[in-house]
Amino acid sequence: MRHLLSTEDLGKDDAVRILDTAEEMAAVSDREVKKLPVLRGRTVVNLFFEDSTRTRISFEAAAKRLSADVINFAAKGSSVSKGESLKDTAQTLEAMGADAVVIRHWASGAPARLAASGWIDAAVVNAGDGTHEHPTQALLDAFTMRRNWARINGTASPGTDLSGMKVAIVGDVLHSRVARSNLWLLRTLGADVTMVAPPTLLPVGVAKWPCTVSYDLDETLAAGPDAVMMLRLQGERMNAAFFPSTREYSRRWGFDDRRLQALDSHGLKETIIMHPGPMNRGLEISAAAADSPRSTVLQQVRNGVSVRMAALYLLLSGETHAAPATIQEAQR
Amino acid sequence: MSATPNEATAYLVKGAAIGSGAAADLLIRNGVITETGTGLSVAGATVIDAEGLVAVPGMVDLHTHLREPGREDAETVETGSRAAALGGFTAVHAMANSSPVADTAGVVEQVYTLGRKAGWTDVRPVGAVTIGLAGERLAELGAMADSRARVRVFSDDGICVHDPVLMRRALEYVKAFDGVIAQHAQEPRLTDGAQMNEGDVSAVLGMTGWPAVAEESIIARDVLLAQHVDSRLHVCHVSTAGSVEIIRWAKQRGIKVTAEVTPHHLWLTDELVRSYDPVYKVNPPLRTDEDVQALRAGLADGTIDIIGTDHAPHPSEAKECEWAQAAMGMTGLETALSVVQHTMIESGLIGWDDFARITSRMPAQIGRLQDQGQPLEAGSAANITLIDPAARWTVEPNKMATMGRNSPFAGRELPGRVVATFYQGHPTVLDGSLNTPRTAEGE
Repeated sequence: MRHLLSTEDLGKDDAVRILDTAEEMAAVSDREVKKLPVLRGRTVVNLFFEDSTRTRISFEAAAKRLSADVINFAAKGSSVSKGESLKDTAQTLEAMGADAVVIRHWASGAPARLAASGWIDAAVVNAGDGTHEHPTQALLDAFTMRRNWARINGTASPGTDLSGMKVAIVGDVLHSRVARSNLWLLRTLGADVTMVAPPTLLPVGVAKWPCTVSYDLDETLAAGPDAVMMLRLQGERMNAAFFPSTREYSRRWGFDDRRLQALDSHGLKETIIMHPGPMNRGLEISAAAADSPRSTVLQQVRNGVSVRMAALYLLLSGETHAAPATIQEAQR
Repeated sequence: MSATPNEATAYLVKGAAIGSGAAADLLIRNGVITETGTGLSVAGATVIDAEGLVAVPGMVDLHTHLREPGREDAETVETGSRAAALGGFTAVHAMANSSPVADTAGVVEQVYTLGRKAGWTDVRPVGAVTIGLAGERLAELGAMADSRARVRVFSDDGICVHDPVLMRRALEYVKAFDGVIAQHAQEPRLTDGAQMNEGDVSAVLGMTGWPAVAEESIIARDVLLAQHVDSRLHVCHVSTAGSVEIIRWAKQRGIKVTAEVTPHHLWLTDELVRSYDPVYKVNPPLRTDEDVQALRAGLADGTIDIIGTDHAPHPSEAKECEWAQAAMGMTGLETALSVVQHTMIESGLIGWDDFARITSRMPAQIGRLQDQGQPLEAGSAANITLIDPAARWTVEPNKMATMGRNSPFAGRELPGRVVATFYQGHPTVLDGSLNTPRTAEGE
């Protein structure tokens, strides 16, 4: 693995390897000293062209727990907003000796462009690009689901996939990089996916996607999903006539208290409710649902650090970079 | 000998196939084809051995961006004209979206004069339909028509004349001087922020889509307007299967509509966008293979009348960036012949006579260029392109005459090569290389 750009081109072996490595990283995070020396002397740059405090601090925590040096480059409000090109920014980071660039960008494809351009030799990690992909979010979601699925099936998580699992992804699929990355990864891991959205918030071309499409959340819940992933709704969507009002959206596609009770009445004891955060409480998810025992929102945040540690470790221990010490050696 | 150097030399082109027909000799003198036949021999004429080559009337591009005035960092009339000559073109229509916009007699005369001075090809300015391409008020179309540039083609290309009343008035008004409105068909609201064709690929890539309906709805409206006011409409760079259907329907009803397709839309599809390489970013966007096949069929059966290159050079920094930030457009003058040969001739859809129709006769007719697009026979103006159809070459943008390096065909091996271009009897290209420009007489 040279870069982590999308889950669409992530093979099953690599995906499982990242999740298994993340389990080892999670064990480290449970220790009193939450730090491994495996990336000592390496430099990880967080290059953010779009504000995202959550994702940035998650990557920062991951890199620091691996003992890497971290440089945060908020390209918004810096020289970049004064007209510096991605090319010049990339070459500047290269000249400073970046080993990995974690890039968040408002433009779909910017990380792929960075990786393929020849402007930079560092490993590129896509931390969310436009409405394209957010692979580490999908990996942390899969990690969370896999732990839950393994527990239900009475097995240990490492080495397993999500075969037989039914996942519903609900909300603004059209503009969601989280939905796209989850779809590809969940399919790779053997889960069945249903996308639930108003027709206006599904892309033209969704019929070719390897998933079921539904406009009816209640019907989807009645079919007994094992996980329900609620997507964040951007407020500005309302202005472009995607739906009549936030109240109507909430009634038809929000995970409200009535639907929380429906899970119980359908006898779905183990069904989890997921959200990538930040949540719009009362809009796509009710407070009761967000705070219920079914909610994995905080687990997802915690697992995010482990998964990002795994991704950085595996990328920077690849053959194009000098191999760092193994985790086991480091733990001795 | 009082003749100018240009006129002094007679050229005898020996043994070229005339379009799809038999081989013949062409004698060129004083800018005119004076004699055709076999076994011609003329004392003092420069003989050009053209055995194995195909002779077609000089190619005419109805859709070229020469960028001057204003964006001389992207292209100039001089460099663009050189590229045109090398591509086999004896006339190009320079689009109006320069800076300042070609919306006055002054600007079109400036471009026309620059073209005459360059002398590589006939540069025919296109006039803007509306002042500043703003889509609000008609530019002085009559003044541009009456100017030395004798403008007959008017277009806001790059921007659609979307106001239906303004479009109707423009279509009506140009009837006074036999003009034509060349429409860039793009419904603006349906394409707000559009990055690529809307379909299966845009769904996966997460890019804002440019739906086919945004092109087709404007074409449908415009052919009905053209019918209503009985005027000439030309549709620029048709890109979808649905557009071909609408134009076919309109022609069956006798509506005076003509249409063009670019070489790149005859070959490339939106699958290429998966690379996120902005060299594939163009407007209208690359569509699907189904569209490509429909465009080829429409071009072969005459629904689409002409090839227009939409040659759109950009400086490297406009493409060395994120897809969303990149400029739209591709170069095309120096690859047009080869791409058309590959997609249309080698696929068996058309022959070289059809090639002459779609690259020369029809575009000259639409642009009302009297001395272009004429058949290769005695008495015609000597605008001739000699093609070696057996040649194969690999596209290297760095070696092109255009300043633009944004060729989507870079690295591809293409068939066919321009060996010589005669512009009004003067060889601007010989042996596949630039020769000398034609010196304009009396200016």
